[in-house]
Amino acid sequence: MSDTVDATNIPGEKSGPMLAADGTPLKRSLRRALRRQKMSALLLIAPLLIFILITFIAPIADMLFRSVENEIVQDTLPRTTAILETWDSESGNVPDTPVFKALYQDIFIAQERKLHTRLGSRLNYELTGASSLFRKSGRGVGDIGEVYQDQFEDMNAFWKKGENWNDILGSDAWLAEIKSWKKASGQAQPPFEIRAQIAEILPQTAAFYQIFADFTQNEKNSNLYKKDPWELIYSAFYDDLTGANAARIDTYTGPGAAELSEAKAAAANFETVDYKAAFGDIDKDWLKMPIWDTIRAYSPRFTNGYFLNAVDMQKSENGPELRPENQRIYATLFLRTLFMSTVITLSCILLGYPVGWILANLPARTANLLMILVLLPFWTSLLVRTSAWKVMLQQQGVVNDTLVWLGIVADDSRLALINNQTGTIIAMTHILLPFMILPLYSVMQTIPPSYLRAAKSLGATNWTAFWRVYFPQSVPGIGAGSILVFILSIGYYITPEIVGGTTGTFISNRIAYHISSSLNWGLAAALGAILLAVVLGLYYAYDKIVGIDNVKLGG
Amino acid sequence: MVALTPISRKPVGFYVPTVAAAGAFLGLFVGTSQGSGILGILVGAIVAGALAFVLTQIVKNETVARWATILAFAVIGLLLGGIPALVLGAIFGWFFAWFSFWLYEGRYRAKIAPYLTPGQVLWHFTFRVICGAILVFLITPILVVIPLSFNAENFFTFTPKMLSFDPEGYSLKHYRDFFTSSAWQGAVWNSIKIAPAATLLSVSFGTLAAIGLSQQHVPFRRAIMAILISPMIVPLIISAAGMYFFYSRVGLQGTYLGVVLAHAALGIPFVIITVTATLVGFDRSLTRAAANMGANPVTTFFRVQMPLILPGVISGGLFAFITSFDEVVVVLFVGSAGQKTLPWQMFTGLREQISPTILAVATILVVISICLLTVVELLRRRSERLRGMSPG
Repeated sequence: MSDTVDATNIPGEKSGPMLAADGTPLKRSLRRALRRQKMSALLLIAPLLIFILITFIAPIADMLFRSVENEIVQDTLPRTTAILETWDSESGNVPDTPVFKALYQDIFIAQERKLHTRLGSRLNYELTGASSLFRKSGRGVGDIGEVYQDQFEDMNAFWKKGENWNDILGSDAWLAEIKSWKKASGQAQPPFEIRAQIAEILPQTAAFYQIFADFTQNEKNSNLYKKDPWELIYSAFYDDLTGANAARIDTYTGPGAAELSEAKAAAANFETVDYKAAFGDIDKDWLKMPIWDTIRAYSPRFTNGYFLNAVDMQKSENGPELRPENQRIYATLFLRTLFMSTVITLSCILLGYPVGWILANLPARTANLLMILVLLPFWTSLLVRTSAWKVMLQQQGVVNDTLVWLGIVADDSRLALINNQTGTIIAMTHILLPFMILPLYSVMQTIPPSYLRAAKSLGATNWTAFWRVYFPQSVPGIGAGSILVFILSIGYYITPEIVGGTTGTFISNRIAYHISSSLNWGLAAALGAILLAVVLGLYYAYDKIVGIDNVKLGG
Repeated sequence: MVALTPISRKPVGFYVPTVAAAGAFLGLFVGTSQGSGILGILVGAIVAGALAFVLTQIVKNETVARWATILAFAVIGLLLGGIPALVLGAIFGWFFAWFSFWLYEGRYRAKIAPYLTPGQVLWHFTFRVICGAILVFLITPILVVIPLSFNAENFFTFTPKMLSFDPEGYSLKHYRDFFTSSAWQGAVWNSIKIAPAATLLSVSFGTLAAIGLSQQHVPFRRAIMAILISPMIVPLIISAAGMYFFYSRVGLQGTYLGVVLAHAALGIPFVIITVTATLVGFDRSLTRAAANMGANPVTTFFRVQMPLILPGVISGGLFAFITSFDEVVVVLFVGSAGQKTLPWQMFTGLREQISPTILAVATILVVISICLLTVVELLRRRSERLRGMSPG
């Protein structure tokens, strides 16, 4: 449009720019009108677009995100993963004591929050046995901490009581507030504040106590002041008393200064804990490589682990590698899904082509009548058709009964038509057949029957006339129908679930299993992402070949 | 269709063996079911061949011949195997009488082109038989489910009593189960609450967007269309998984609203497709004419455009309704026990303990689909007539 406007505006012509009725240059006026049209169109579309983006596209994006998201390891074991980064996994040696100490701290906090079992089941997807390992360790870390707790408490009963700890660690202002606070008052518990001086001289104790305080106040909702500290606090306390800042303890002047000095003096002679050996006692697996390799491999916030898993691969020292033969299931499942979808598509072509032909070549009235036979199943509930097939294909069902009555099969060797691939293929061919017939019919309607007659009168045999003249013209219909049927069948869930048994199921059934039964959502998302990629590829092809605007529903 | 080819009577040597072959084919099945296939073929061929000869050469009057055969076969059937065989015999009798005269009079040639060779004629009819078989395959499940739902026993096959048309073999007990079971009734109510709400959402958003999409200049039309159609293309299990994760994050999982939103999203492509298809034939000069006469855009929409595209909107709405009403995968994940819909209840029934009540529900749903199909077909024709695309 702008070209024609430009043409009126050739330099050198005296008339100047062409003007619209209101005096503005026509070019600008037209452009403004066009813009207004575009805007109004977009405004009409916008509500729906936003609706779809929120209710549909965002969930899909969320699912794709889940297939790479892997925050649980780093969130549950922050200290361990941080130290583990410096560990040389190539050396073949299990990490040193500092890593085990960090692991102790992480698992201790995690088991208080009941998060260690979740991490265990997450890592169990990658390494069998991780789940029980973490569950065992969750129970065992208490014993590790008790070593120091007992020694402190035996030395002076002062350290037994939560009140004493709070008096030392809490700031004066906070102590005043917490002491006057009553749970029954319904007011929020005053949040814990560390005593500034303590934070300097007992940094580790202060840090872990802060975590303990947050947990007690916000998650447990119990009165922090009366709560006895975790075993973990004693370990950290010991570390501070024997650590680099120990010398400064004597400068402390607040509450409990005397006890603190006493503890510092005594701590030097305490029995210590060998964290590495302690974890070895809980489970020997901690002293072996696989668990450490796995934790390290899954430390980053994002992982390709789920995708590797979805294509039967696993992480190893030498990068991704195929799983052992007996653990490969997804490649088989994907191949089976593709194979069965192909078989279903082919049988739909085989059954749909003659019907499409006859509908297109019969007189309109008869064709409309027969069309109802095609549309009726199309409009019938999917579950009705699936239940019909389930009923008909049973061992004692109508199909087998008829075959037995006709003497085609013996009564004692009834055909197994259900809970296997045959069942899925029969039922799904029936269910998807209308999706093949309708596009075929609409294409075949446009092929003039005179072409076929012309070919025959020019000497072509029946077969040549069909194959060289009619068939090529019907290929667009076959293409449209096939892609539609293939797209629909590859993601089918309900029918395979009901009539497919174990051998006739699709990848969708596995995805559903991972969402609702095994709860391995990451893997479900990765499998879904692969399936989605295949479908979108086909969708793109469909759009290119047929055009998405040309989808027809029921004629 | 008018007769294309003048017809003439055929020689005995042609039609008697053909009818005999058909008799042999049927005899094979009857024979195997009675014990001996070969005997069945022989008896079938001889009986059918003789019958064809007698009817055409001796009886000659077609009406008399037909009724005599039907009666004779029915009586033989009754004597051999009771009521079911009587019905079967009557059908066989009608077929053979009709088939004999159809061939004898050469009527089969009447409606096909005169230049076809005998082989082509044979293929013509074989092809029709194949197509018939496929169409039967298409509706068999529906035809089987309906009678089975009246079964008096808890079986999923036809009992001998049903086959002998004994009234005791039939009952409405599965329907009674359906109407008295609180689980099924709860599911029906949930479906009735969810589907219209979802339909309303998808129709109102969808119609607006379809009107926007059918304007002349729409930037990114293809991309927008692809996004709007995607809920129909993306496998349901993926939509369900995504919605399950996302809706649990935002607290919509397991709520009525969540299920309605999910179903509305799934129904939108159908509304878009049907309404844009209707708008293709919409004459834009009508809106311009309305504007010219002083109508504002809103009046134009409701008084001029809407009545014309209404059939498309309604059938889009019916599509959206049936989508939601039939949907099970998404509601399985997004819903909770409180939103158990009819398909969900059926799905559980099919997976766990399959009870014949499902067949009664299926029959009711088939009846509903037939009604919906009729409405959509009528609307489509009306819409085409309104837009002058077909004479109606």
